[in-house]
Amino acid sequence: MGKTIAEKIFETHLVDEPFGDVSVLRLDRVFCHEITTPTAIQDLAARGKDRVFDPDKIKVVIDHVSPAKDSKTALQGKILREWAGRNGIKDFFDIGRNGVCHVLFPEKGFVRPGFTIIMGDSHTCTHGAFGAFAAGVGTTDLEVGILKGVCAFKKPETYKIEIIGTLRKGVFAKDIILKIIQELTVNGATNRVIEFRGKIVDEMNMDQRMTLCNMAVEAGATCGICLPDMTTVDYLWEFIKDQYHDKKEAFNAFAGFRSDDDADYAETKTIDVSKLEPLTTYGYRPDNVKPVSEMKGTKIDQVYIGSCTNGRLEDLRIAAKVLEGHIISDHVRGIVSPATPKIYVEAMEEGILKIFMDSGFCVTNPTCGACLGMSNGVLAAGEVAASTTNRNFNGRMGKGGMVHLMSPATAAASAIKGEISNSSLFIGN
Amino acid sequence: MKEFKGNVLFLDRSDINTDEIIPARYLTEIEKIALKPHLLEDLKIHGFDPKKDIEANSMIVTRANFGCGSSREHAPWALEVNGIQVVIAESFARIFRQNMFNCGMPAIELPENEINEIFNIFSNDKTHISLDIEKGQMTLQSEHQTRTTDFSISEFDKALIQTGGWVEYADQHY
Ligand code: SF4
Repeated sequence: MGKTIAEKIFETHLVDEPFGDVSVLRLDRVFCHEITTPTAIQDLAARGKDRVFDPDKIKVVIDHVSPAKDSKTALQGKILREWAGRNGIKDFFDIGRNGVCHVLFPEKGFVRPGFTIIMGDSHTCTHGAFGAFAAGVGTTDLEVGILKGVCAFKKPETYKIEIIGTLRKGVFAKDIILKIIQELTVNGATNRVIEFRGKIVDEMNMDQRMTLCNMAVEAGATCGICLPDMTTVDYLWEFIKDQYHDKKEAFNAFAGFRSDDDADYAETKTIDVSKLEPLTTYGYRPDNVKPVSEMKGTKIDQVYIGSCTNGRLEDLRIAAKVLEGHIISDHVRGIVSPATPKIYVEAMEEGILKIFMDSGFCVTNPTCGACLGMSNGVLAAGEVAASTTNRNFNGRMGKGGMVHLMSPATAAASAIKGEISNSSLFIGN
Repeated sequence: MKEFKGNVLFLDRSDINTDEIIPARYLTEIEKIALKPHLLEDLKIHGFDPKKDIEANSMIVTRANFGCGSSREHAPWALEVNGIQVVIAESFARIFRQNMFNCGMPAIELPENEINEIFNIFSNDKTHISLDIEKGQMTLQSEHQTRTTDFSISEFDKALIQTGGWVEYADQHY
């Protein structure tokens, strides 16, 4: 019997199986941000264990509320900053160099195929796009990760989702993942790894694969994962070129982690996306999904383009293409947050930020901000947002606010119209 | 083995997420106790008033996929500082479930039909539950009814409850 990529990663990282169904894995990376790490740091200190297992494997960023909005968030940043300093953690990204964790860390080359990664953040599953096993954990697991470089997991089953067909113009990775969540429901993949396969995934670039894997947790999955291939190697090449002769050799090294053809899956599903049209959410659950065409006319107060789901350069390019030559509705507040400084600079050099500003958008610094309703565009009660983020829970972007999740193209088109609307890029029906 | 018993708060809905358990706007708190007044503040269930209904209860009985969404361990902490030590549900989101045991608090799963029965029989009455972790058995009691139900809990989860959580366990073993 062959093995899945998740099984191969588990096997190569196994430290202990203390009670049969639990695997304690060695970690290649522990990622940290300022919302969930300070409590872990303080608890470790209180236990007299203010140590780290390996400062080079721990990567730290202040991203959720940046710049700090009040004394409390300033204190969270301070705790993290001082801790990184006294423990010799060199990869610490503070304001000016910081960006949304799940965009910044891959961009820095910290993620590799076959890696095990944890972070105190549920969207850590994003890094599965590189063929890594990456899972969100709570503070206690994070503490143990920081202290000992291990984490315990139940052996995950794998749910294989084959994405086939031909995508219509104006339909994007975001629409595909919304479709998958609709079909699986919010707990359809609980305790499972979703392996994204098929021609459509093979043809995606890394930005698109990250969008796909980012929302795996919205279906309950531990991790979303794509098999490493030449696209993965191309993305990583600048970071790994000293380790391998050529790209072929790197590919061969990573290929060992690819799932075997006769691997065993808990469940398999094939989704043909040929007829897929742009989608959006309507209620307070990410599996409440409808075609944008059925939500036409829904008035919005704010459009947010950014986050670890859709704040990458390609996302901004697509939104700018829709916005170019248009002014957004005068009752809509448009906010765009390029997810990292690199993306910000590239978008500036390409003239994308000018298009956003000419159309009436506010361009903010890289941060999570409005995505979790802590800063940078919080909604008032009764307000409605069209957003490229990943969660539409009640109160997510501000108490009493409603969030509709969608692709950057749909969000940009909705900003122009002042209501939920399909983009001019989509020529369907 | 530690004893768990107390009165029950019934939350009759699936997919209660961690933003509903403790909203993100309180994640800037560094002290657990500051979360106390905000538990379930954003949860909208007919007849549920967080200001009145949380006090005096130390168990939650609810439906499927409890604790989905964000990984915040602030969710079990907000329960803990309100004296709620146990959640019994049809199923849990993975991270929330692990966070509970990592804090030494049981998150017990029961089959759907058993949860339905419990809601049918007990949810309108004041109900008390006592949990025997060693035996894997719980007893529910109201003025009119008593019911005993078996549950399973893994050896790992038992060990976490016994040693007082994962940090101490891992530091001793790895
Ligand atoms: S952008 Fe939103 S979902 Fe992503 S890490 Fe930040 S807060 Fe979480």
